[in-house]
Amino acid sequence: MTDSAVELTRGFKEGKWTAVETTQLFLDRINANESKVHAFLSVDADRALADARKVDEKREAGESLGRLAGIPVAVKDLICTQEWTTTCGSKMLETYRPPYDATVVEKLQAADAILIGKTNLDEFAMGSSTEHSAFGRTHNPWDLERVAGGSSGGAAACVAADMALLSLGTDTGGSIRQPAAFCGVVGLKPTYGRVSRRGLIAFASSLDQIGPLAWTAEDTALLLETIAGHDPADSTSAPREVPSYSDTLNQPLKGLRIGIIEDHFEEGLNHEISQAIQTLIQWLEDAGAIPEPVRLPHSRYGIATYYVVASSEASSNLARYDAAHYGYRTSNEDAAENLEAMYERSRSEALGNEVKRRIMLGTYALSSGYYDAYYLNALKVRRLIRDDFESAFQKVDLLLGPTTPSAAFRAGEKSTDPLSMYLEDIYTVLANLAGVPAVAFPCGQTGEGLPISAQLWGPAFEEGRLLQVVHQFQSHTEWHKKRPSFS
Amino acid sequence: MSSVDYQLVVGLEVHVQLKTLTKLFCGCSTTFGAAPNTQTCPVCLGHPGTLPVLNREAIRLAIRTGLALNSTIPPTTKWDRKNYFYPDLPKGYQISQFDQPICQGGELKLPGDETSSPRTIRITRAHLEEDAGKSMHDESSGSADSRIDLNRTGTPLLEIVSEPDIRSAEEAKQYLTELKLLLTYLQVSDCNMQEGSLRVDANVNLHLQRGDELVATPIVEIKNLNSFRAVERALVYEAQRQREVFEDTGQRIGEAPKQTRGWDDNLQVTKVQREKEESSDYRYFPDPDLVPIMLPESWVTELKSDLGALPAALRERLKTEFGLSQYDADVIVNQGPDMVAYFEAVASNLKDAKRASNWIQQDVMRTLNDMEYSLADFSIKADDLAKLLQLIEAGELDNSRGRDVYQWLLDHPGTPEEGMKALGIASVGSDDLLDLCKQLIGEHPSAVSDFKAGKKQALGAMIGAARKLNPNANPGKVKDLLSQLISHED
Repeated sequence: MTDSAVELTRGFKEGKWTAVETTQLFLDRINANESKVHAFLSVDADRALADARKVDEKREAGESLGRLAGIPVAVKDLICTQEWTTTCGSKMLETYRPPYDATVVEKLQAADAILIGKTNLDEFAMGSSTEHSAFGRTHNPWDLERVAGGSSGGAAACVAADMALLSLGTDTGGSIRQPAAFCGVVGLKPTYGRVSRRGLIAFASSLDQIGPLAWTAEDTALLLETIAGHDPADSTSAPREVPSYSDTLNQPLKGLRIGIIEDHFEEGLNHEISQAIQTLIQWLEDAGAIPEPVRLPHSRYGIATYYVVASSEASSNLARYDAAHYGYRTSNEDAAENLEAMYERSRSEALGNEVKRRIMLGTYALSSGYYDAYYLNALKVRRLIRDDFESAFQKVDLLLGPTTPSAAFRAGEKSTDPLSMYLEDIYTVLANLAGVPAVAFPCGQTGEGLPISAQLWGPAFEEGRLLQVVHQFQSHTEWHKKRPSFS
Repeated sequence: MSSVDYQLVVGLEVHVQLKTLTKLFCGCSTTFGAAPNTQTCPVCLGHPGTLPVLNREAIRLAIRTGLALNSTIPPTTKWDRKNYFYPDLPKGYQISQFDQPICQGGELKLPGDETSSPRTIRITRAHLEEDAGKSMHDESSGSADSRIDLNRTGTPLLEIVSEPDIRSAEEAKQYLTELKLLLTYLQVSDCNMQEGSLRVDANVNLHLQRGDELVATPIVEIKNLNSFRAVERALVYEAQRQREVFEDTGQRIGEAPKQTRGWDDNLQVTKVQREKEESSDYRYFPDPDLVPIMLPESWVTELKSDLGALPAALRERLKTEFGLSQYDADVIVNQGPDMVAYFEAVASNLKDAKRASNWIQQDVMRTLNDMEYSLADFSIKADDLAKLLQLIEAGELDNSRGRDVYQWLLDHPGTPEEGMKALGIASVGSDDLLDLCKQLIGEHPSAVSDFKAGKKQALGAMIGAARKLNPNANPGKVKDLLSQLISHED
């Protein structure tokens, strides 16, 4: 058929194939690959085919068709869907069916997309490997012994394993970009406020954003155009028009000033990744862009700041899972008599270690006597990091650096060492702290054949500029066409 | 221990449910009394992924209240999360305001009465927050069954915190009465304590003079105060209790943990609910789901000019413009703005406003009370009462016949004149009156001689008899004429 979503919907609209045929094709691939990859927490073939039939009927009736008509889309299981359980990768919500659809899901439906499955993740999006899912880890399609990254590991792996062309992830500190990097696909974290968070189950409300994953910048643009926009039901969403990202993909790169973040090419970065990005910089220069070195002086405080802010917010956001209203409740007898015991037992039994660790970290940071030293100081540093970006974007149009310090690591390698896992996010958390958009895209391979990813940052609401560069890079290179060999 | 040798020190926290149609952060109705859990949505149920959207009407009502309390309204304010676990708090946190309340500082002036002079109680702050749900614990079955109703969850509350300026149980009641009156005039709350739209917590301790030293007892917070009477009684009880505990233990403020006690209305005692050490650290932090609120000066100015007349100003007006006493002004103003308007409409048509005040206090208020009417349901409109009182003022009928007309007006549609006609009330001519009095003198010789002997009250029987002979005869005029005639008989 095609592995471009843009062409898939065009072909559907032109009558070359039906939505049911397309959906069946992807269901077949899921049947073939899912047992190896475990990208999905739920796939409902009947529902997906029924939805596809509706879109086919719409086309037959000559009704106008949405932007994503006939395209199967995967949705991270942190995003609320009324018709599908939404587990957050947690035993706590194993059987939870939300009473409403997230705004982005409504937008997908309005665009005639077909929801094909809910993807695996680190529990409540806390993790960088999808090993912290309560329902089993996701395997990296490029090397099944390696992790897919996280927390949107399923979202990235399902694209890499050809089980979906478009996928929605969420990114709080790198949760779209890092798995996109490990799985060799494009992943974009939009500007904070660009996409509605209504129905995104909160991890850290001031950092969370929903964003697209796909093979190409073109498809990423298509999905972003569909989900972006102001939502009166989200007070933090921006009342700004959504530009047509697809229309500006081919604007020339000539004269574009690209800041190379020197701080991110120092110790800790894998040599092969560094080399691949140098080649990319050379290509940019050849295309007429102007690279220049830039420093983000507070960048090295990013991880510390991020883990205080994110954990603090998480400790409050996850308080609602108290077993009183929905979700898991302990069957322990003590809990029947004593409310405290009911809370304690239920939460102890249903939440995983990483989630507990962050709740404790955040509770501590917000506690009276520690608030000033941790939370308040973190907010101050966050301000300084934002200022770094603001002054950088006075001088350059975009920033460039690596997405991750190394390519996909082996399963189990870091899961017992939380700190080394946290350092996975060293280059990605900054965009969340500053609220700016960033995109991860494949730009090379390691000697072992694992994807290498570069990261581009833009000023707030300049997603178009990011996609423009990635698109033209992809028009001249083949990295986005590489496929893992297993499939 | 004989006379009172301590000073009671009280600060009050009043939670006022604001009268918005919908909740603070979602579109659910705030109507009281619906079947449990029928006025809820994913947002106020705290479902994962839901987000609050501010109801700006609550902001408007809070600012109105703050302005009436002479608070400072800051140019911006923000929301914070107060984190604690309880089943009637489905998010595990309450959206509240911690360090930037919408109303900062302020005061409430107590008007004073026969026994107390006017006082000013300082207001610390007033902040907005969302209400929690209701937990209903059924302990009768022994199964400790608990039920949760989340209809109330998310209803806007304004928590008005006073400085510890209140010095007696009586004064606490005055403060609450005046505050409730103010809120009623502002139309910001129903102030219905039975429905929980006004809830009071009291912080209480004692100051005792010990030689040269002023000693303070540990502060106790009293909850579960469901009526102003309960507040008064709880404070009286608590003062004595703290006095006794101090005699026993000598514990001063800071030497014992802050206690929370609940008022038991049946037993008329306060009981320990919890010691502060067990209480939570609420871990306040700014709510990342909500943006700071801008309060433009122009808007605040507009709201200020829109406050309307408030109780203190109205009392002054009734005293200066209508010559009412402090007491009468209080009674009328305390009935609320509708009654003040009613009074003013009646009184401005009369020479003597006091007559309007008397009739309203004695007749109108009694009728409203007996029939459980509000002024809006009351059939005698201000114009009709004014006309009736004008007729009395003009001597067309006396108070007693006036009451007959008043009663007639309650029972019939029509004007006071029509009432007089229907009741056969007509003014009695001077010739008729003279004939009547002469007839009375002839028929009551013993009363006449008693009167002549100096027993003024002897005329009473004759006036009563006059009423039977001609109900329209004005008793005052009959009395005057009788005494004139008898005095001139000699």
